[in-house]
Amino acid sequence: MSSTERKIKVLIAKPGLDGHDRGAKVVARALRDAGMEVIYTGLRQTPEQIVETAIQEDVDVVGLSILSGAHMTLLPRVVQLLREKGMNDVLVIAGGIIPTDDVPKLKEAGIAEVFGPGTPLKTIIKFIKKNVKKKR
Amino acid sequence: MKQSIEELVQKLIEGDKFATARLISLAENDPKVAQKIISLIFPYTGKAHVIGVTGPPGSGKSTLVYRLAKEWRKRGKTVGIVAVDPTSPFTGGALLGDRIRMQELTCDGGCFIRSMATRGTLGGLARATKDAVRILDAAGKDIVIVETVGAGQSEVSIVKLAHTILVVLCPGLGDEIQILKAGIMEIGDIFVVNKADRENADETAMQIEDMLNMASTIRFDETGWIPPVVKTSAIHDMGISELIDRIEEHWRFLNEVNRNVYFRKRVEQDVIEALRSKIEQMALNHIMKNGEYDELIKRVANKEVDPYTAADIILNSILHREEENE
Repeated sequence: MSSTERKIKVLIAKPGLDGHDRGAKVVARALRDAGMEVIYTGLRQTPEQIVETAIQEDVDVVGLSILSGAHMTLLPRVVQLLREKGMNDVLVIAGGIIPTDDVPKLKEAGIAEVFGPGTPLKTIIKFIKKNVKKKR
Repeated sequence: MKQSIEELVQKLIEGDKFATARLISLAENDPKVAQKIISLIFPYTGKAHVIGVTGPPGSGKSTLVYRLAKEWRKRGKTVGIVAVDPTSPFTGGALLGDRIRMQELTCDGGCFIRSMATRGTLGGLARATKDAVRILDAAGKDIVIVETVGAGQSEVSIVKLAHTILVVLCPGLGDEIQILKAGIMEIGDIFVVNKADRENADETAMQIEDMLNMASTIRFDETGWIPPVVKTSAIHDMGISELIDRIEEHWRFLNEVNRNVYFRKRVEQDVIEALRSKIEQMALNHIMKNGEYDELIKRVANKEVDPYTAADIILNSILHREEENE
């Protein structure tokens, strides 16, 4: 029955000060169409707000979209706060404008995957479905 | 780190937000687990004032909820919010966007916001919305606000759940005939004309008042409460304080003037609803185990038996079995 099915819950958030949320909205919609429950919180989120929302909504996945260039500061901060609060089983992924040189460092900081411009939506959906199962 | 439901409930009643969040998820994912949770927390519930906020899409419900919560926080109350959005009947997915309007409350420790998808339940709420309300109540929230999906004319499930129902409308939504129609116009304890900074707000408020004056046989007459019409502009933070005064007036009214009649009726509704869903579940379990079911459905499809007679046959079979068991 659909009412008892375990749904994948995803938070799509935009940390920091850039005002471009087209990509985040496209991804949010694609994940919805893949049967997930997507919480979209809009622009200009602080890492603290993102983590607090993740806690209250009890999400499985946090997707961070960032185009401002502040990814090396903001993204590890979100992961660090999540871990501090004991949310160790949340899958954190990122997308936006992120130079490939930075990707290994972000992965080291706990970002599971980085999806750059041109990533097929199917790739993101597949990645989530495959990796979220390991959690919880 | 997997915790037992008992451990989570213990933390919940101490107000722990992680336990609150996890228990809502568990209740959402499995009705049997929900029942266990409710049986454990029930003694700790019944203190919160539950406010239902309903109205058509785009009338400003989320922004209004945000302003109400902020004003209540100023008045020293803790607030829980359950915001319901629809699940797509085609993909099973949902996009939950009510939090966008409530950002400022996110990091306020006295406030807990939870989005919820309907997951196929009709009527404007999800199956687990009531469980979530009870969980927030047990967590010690003074006020619990439930925002329904954008509702039209028949999404009235909120009646069974909230003490005080706000029907949110705004100018320019429709002519007088829309207001005369049944459904959500009959369930309001307070009518809110939001976006009152727009043209024709006075006219809309007047039309609602006229409708209320004409209606002599509808629900609120049982308790003797006369629904006020309040004008607000949530986005400009206007009329919010007055609206809260009206809401609290309604709560005092329920508690003082009509406590016995009103609360007894609600408890009765809760029991009947639980009974109904149990009987339905029992009947379904019975017929699924019983091989006659498929046969019976075929006979209905072949027009040999009508659906009412089929239901009688199933009922007789269940009652017969119960007698055998005795």
